[in-house]
Amino acid sequence: MTDTIIEPKVENAPNVFTQAQIGWTPWLQPLTADELTERHYEALVDRARASSPYFALLVRDPDILEARTKTDKDIFYNVADGLPRAERELAATAASRSNGCIFCASVHSRFATHHTEHKAEVQKLLDEGVSADLGERWNAIVAATVALTATPPAFTADHAERLRKAGLSDDEISDVIHGGAFFNWANRLMLSLGEPTPAA
Amino acid sequence: MTDTIPDIIDHLAGISPGSAGDTLRARRPVTKEGAQASWLALFAPSDAGEFSLAERFALATFVAILHGQAEIAAFYAKKLENEPNGTALRPAVEAAAAYGVTEGPYGHYPKGPLSNEDQDGLIYRVNDGERAILGEKLSALFEHTHLLVLRPRDAEPQALSKLLQAGWSTTAIVTASQLVAFLAFQIRVIAGLKVLNAA
Repeated sequence: MTDTIIEPKVENAPNVFTQAQIGWTPWLQPLTADELTERHYEALVDRARASSPYFALLVRDPDILEARTKTDKDIFYNVADGLPRAERELAATAASRSNGCIFCASVHSRFATHHTEHKAEVQKLLDEGVSADLGERWNAIVAATVALTATPPAFTADHAERLRKAGLSDDEISDVIHGGAFFNWANRLMLSLGEPTPAA
Repeated sequence: MTDTIPDIIDHLAGISPGSAGDTLRARRPVTKEGAQASWLALFAPSDAGEFSLAERFALATFVAILHGQAEIAAFYAKKLENEPNGTALRPAVEAAAAYGVTEGPYGHYPKGPLSNEDQDGLIYRVNDGERAILGEKLSALFEHTHLLVLRPRDAEPQALSKLLQAGWSTTAIVTASQLVAFLAFQIRVIAGLKVLNAA
C-alpha cells in the first residue's frame, strides 16, 4: 500500500458557521500539475479549477467529476427561468447547515448574501440554525430543504403546498429540490475528504 | 452490460412521458442529462478499475436501504445479482443494511460554540456474520458509507486511513465517495419529484 492519508495540523480551525472566505485542505493526495492530462482538464470543465485541491482530488475520477460539474452549474447558474439565484443558494446553505458542512455553508451563504436584499436573514440562518425565523417564504424553502436533507428524506406534499402558498411555482419548487439535493452530494464530499481552514 | 433504461431517475420516480414530473424535468435538460451521465459514470464506467460493478451495486443497495427506499434498493439489488457472486452477496448486503437503519443527520462539530448542537447516534459496525460473507474490504466500505450517509460531520482523516488499510486506493476512495454522495442526491431528487409528479 503506497497511498496514505494527509493529516493537516490546522490551527484555529473554523468552529462556527461563517460567511468569511475560509479555505479547505484535503486528507487524500490530489493529482499534481504534472499528473494532469488533457482528459483531466476537460473533466475540470474550468481549467482554473486545477489549482483547487478539492477539484484536483476529485479529478482522479474524471468521468464522474465532469458529469457532476455540469449538473452543478445548471442547477445553480441556469437562470433563464425558475427560482431566483439567492434562493437556490439559500437551499444550498440550508442543506449545508443541516448536515453540518461549515465550509459549504460559508461559500453558499456568501453567494446568497450577494444576490439578496435579505442579508441579515442569511446570517441568522447560520447563527441560529434551520429553525431561525427568516420570513415565511424563506422559512418554507428552508423547511422543505431540511426535510429533504433528512435521512430518510421527509419531504412531503405538505412542504410543496407550503411553498406554493408562499408564492413558488412547481418549476421553482423543483429548483429548491435540486438545489437542496445537490448539496447532499456536495456536503458529503467536502466533509469527508478534507477539512476547513481559517480565513487568510 | 448495457442498460436499456433511458433515464434512471424517471424510471425510479415513476415519471412517464407527458406527466407533470416529465414537464418539470424537460425544463432543465442539462440537469437531467447530467444526472444520467453521473449515473453512467458510476454504474457503467468505461473501466471499473479497482472498484468492481458488484461492489458498486452492493454499495448502492446498502445506501438505498439506509435511506429507507425499498424500491430503489430492490433496483440496485437486482443489478447486484447480475454480477459475479452477486446472488450470494445480496442477502448479506441487505442484512448488514437493516441494522444500520436510523435517522440522520447526526454527529459532532469541532469543539466550540456549535458543540451544543452535537448529537450522538449509531456508530455502525458490520457484524461478524455478514463480515465473513462481504469480506474485510467491502465491510470497511460499508462502515465508512454509514458515516457518509448519516453522520457526515463526524468525518476525520482516520476514517479514510481505515479504507486504505482495507485495500482501497486513493482513487477508488474518491469514486466510492462520489457514488455514495451521488446516491444521496439521486434519492432526494426522486423523493421530491415524486411529490410534484403526484400533484
